[in-house]
Amino acid sequence: MTKADKIDGTRRLLLGGLAASVVLVAMPVRADDALVAEAIREHFGDAPRSDGRITMLLPPLAESGNTVPIQISVESPMSETDRVKRVVILATRNPRALVATMEFGPGAPRAQFSTNMRLSGTQDVITIAEMSDGSLWQAQSRVLVTVGACDTLQIRY
Amino acid sequence: MPNTRIRVPKTAKAGDIIEIRAIIQHPMENGFRTTSQGTPIPVDIVTDFACSYDGVEVFRVRLEPGLSANPYFSFYLKATKSGPVSFWWQDQHGEVTEASEELEVT
Repeated sequence: MTKADKIDGTRRLLLGGLAASVVLVAMPVRADDALVAEAIREHFGDAPRSDGRITMLLPPLAESGNTVPIQISVESPMSETDRVKRVVILATRNPRALVATMEFGPGAPRAQFSTNMRLSGTQDVITIAEMSDGSLWQAQSRVLVTVGACDTLQIRY
Repeated sequence: MPNTRIRVPKTAKAGDIIEIRAIIQHPMENGFRTTSQGTPIPVDIVTDFACSYDGVEVFRVRLEPGLSANPYFSFYLKATKSGPVSFWWQDQHGEVTEASEELEVT
């Protein structure tokens, strides 16, 4: 056995150990793309969605996943015939993908709102808006989360 | 009784679009936490929020455990005439919390 082979073997062992430890760490249940797709289908069926018309303001980096501010505004005249019916927020890697459903009543002059959401870790946030004519618009944004909402279990905020 | 805080401007000019803010004190227990003994804490959330101005609905939210504790919303309404801006929350046990503020339109 040459020296190079020996080093190679050590590296293989090390890599194997690393892989094993990753498997051993208990992973909390996370939504995967299939679950996200199912949540979308539940709300909107298989209707096609286009990108655009939604402005989503999210911090690119959130220190705590417990309170991530999100502001959403949808381009719409909000007239009686042409308005936003509802907005659905989805977090792609939360244990439950669906975060909230917003509906704009007849008294809403502007399709804009802000709220705070929980994120279990670094992930994409998807917002889908349904217009009164039935068309669907989508926006997606990635948030880096330092400490996820599921990791700081004893701290409420 | 949960504590609520709402912010509605006292007065507004007719036609103005004004920002409304509402918050309710609630832990929004997401069902994934456990006590120090390891027993899971059951889900306990506010499920619905609605705001109406002068009897017309402005904004409605269906809340899920993915929203933060003490859920906060900010949104807009158009001042047309003086009237109450009323807020309504309902938790999963059916308990309703209401709050209202008069908006004077000049």
